[in-house]
Amino acid sequence: MDMGYAHWMVTEGRKEKEPPFSRSPSSEAYRRLLAETLNLNRTRIFAFKNKPPTSSSASSSSTYHQQPKPAKPRRRIRQTSERALDAPDIVDDFYLNLLDWGSSNIVAIALARSVYLWDASHGSTSELVTVDEEHGLFTSVNWAPDGRHLAIGLENSEVQLWDAASNKQLRTLKGGHRCRVGSLAWNNHILTTGGMDGLIMNNDVRIRDHIVGTYRGHSQEVCGLKWSASGQQLASGGNDNLIHIWDRRRSSMAAAHQWLHRMEEHTAAVRALAWCPFQANLLASGGGGGDMSIKFWNTITGACLNSANTYAQVCGLLWSKSERELLSSHGFTGNQLTLWKYPSMVKTAELRGHTSRVLFLAQSPDGCTVASAAGDETLRFWNVFGDPAEAAREKSAPKANSEPFSWVNRIR
Amino acid sequence: MASKTAAKDIITLRGSAAIVSEFFGYAANSILYNRAVYPEESFARVKKYGLPMLLTKDEGVKSFISNLNAQLSEWLEAGKLQRVVLVIMSMNTGEVLERWNFSIETDNEVVEKGVSREKSDKEIMREIQAIMRQIASSITYLPCLDEQCVFDVLAYTDTDVAVPFTWMESSDAKLIANPQMVKLHSFDTKIHKVNTLVSYKNDEEESDDEE
Repeated sequence: MDMGYAHWMVTEGRKEKEPPFSRSPSSEAYRRLLAETLNLNRTRIFAFKNKPPTSSSASSSSTYHQQPKPAKPRRRIRQTSERALDAPDIVDDFYLNLLDWGSSNIVAIALARSVYLWDASHGSTSELVTVDEEHGLFTSVNWAPDGRHLAIGLENSEVQLWDAASNKQLRTLKGGHRCRVGSLAWNNHILTTGGMDGLIMNNDVRIRDHIVGTYRGHSQEVCGLKWSASGQQLASGGNDNLIHIWDRRRSSMAAAHQWLHRMEEHTAAVRALAWCPFQANLLASGGGGGDMSIKFWNTITGACLNSANTYAQVCGLLWSKSERELLSSHGFTGNQLTLWKYPSMVKTAELRGHTSRVLFLAQSPDGCTVASAAGDETLRFWNVFGDPAEAAREKSAPKANSEPFSWVNRIR
Repeated sequence: MASKTAAKDIITLRGSAAIVSEFFGYAANSILYNRAVYPEESFARVKKYGLPMLLTKDEGVKSFISNLNAQLSEWLEAGKLQRVVLVIMSMNTGEVLERWNFSIETDNEVVEKGVSREKSDKEIMREIQAIMRQIASSITYLPCLDEQCVFDVLAYTDTDVAVPFTWMESSDAKLIANPQMVKLHSFDTKIHKVNTLVSYKNDEEESDDEE
């Protein structure tokens, strides 16, 4: 006879038979909650960064019947990349913008002093241009809306304009900036350039004296630059932690080059900027390592609508064109891409694979695929926003792609 | 506590930390099984604490829990761990449905002076066994989780810990508003005392007064 166990069973075991609810008096529960909240001053809470996998819902046991959901059924998002290409010598610099995907379905990527084009429809690569050391590195690439012309910014402050279809350089914009041009954004025939000098210049690429306006406001390098879909507002983010909204509708001459809004809430460099495709005047911005938040802004009033802490350096942001979702790319330590539901900011997926901060993001013209590049010298493709095969089926006729290159090179 | 005629075993700080983190691993598995966070067939039966216990076969979950336990052991040995919370959330809405709260009281003298304590291993096992039984029987009163759920683990520590490489600091304690709470048994290694509490979302149909 085990007296100890018997004693315990007699005294403590009794508690099991009491109905559970009587054990939680409201005052005690309140006190506990209060203590919990107060304790936070002497406590830190940690969560493990790599979250446990979710159970595969497709094969869930019959006990848990999937409730019919009012919304569309959740699509399966592959959390690994579809494809990874080599991107050697890619510069791991937070302030550059070395990747863009044009409307003709060609990806342009700048690797040190060369720019390569990857035709996504055919999977073929070609080298567009390589410059010598005098020019320095390529610091930004951006496709014009026609998907044919490409603007490339350089370390020596010049901007080259190329016709990717005929592989010819059309012109070089000089005399504007005095240091490297790290960010570019097109608005029809206006190419907006952002420099390390903190200046933003609007260049009309059709005319000789191409500089038609200068926006002054940033005191440090302009690393994020995006025009809104309507082309009326420009958002710029800088190393000075500021975001500026510039509005073309400002008619009076004096105010024409003054910012409409200056947002100071971020506490680190802002390079991630993305205009919402389904809601006008809504901008998402992401802060660097000292900030780690994604903030949402009403660009008419300049008000901050929401702020979500992502616990990682935010390097890039992309909105889904088909769903109310936002994709963010991160640096230390997960180097992941995170998909969020908007506006709840609930994490829907985390895409892993990169082994260094995912600085460069671009979206395919059909909206399904995201290309990401990082200092780990890989260019990865993720079908995070949708299935390209499905999207192709939905479209009536396939896009006619011009085959600009006769030779096929691999990115080395 | 009744005195034991059997010989007491020496418990060191390290041993106690191992017992507590091992307990947490099994408790987490048991919760995941019983609350159907993962399907039944993904668990395998093993014998532990004199009971048939279930452990997940899923590599991802296994490695999550073992990485967790490694860090918990470290914090326990330093006497810095205050509590561990296993949170169960709806996969679709992210709403917190249940919180399994394991709070830890540490005998600081042991941490500071490196002494050891004495307690019968069997006694500790029995205490843990009682808690495991309670977890298994909790499905009788916890509300049905009839949507796909995911879990996460939060660790509450003292303020003077360095942020470990693979952990992130969270200001979100993932609390449940107006929870129902049930206190389960505790166990005590004489160095660490672990109190278990489950709080869950108030089922609207319950007319019970919280008196």
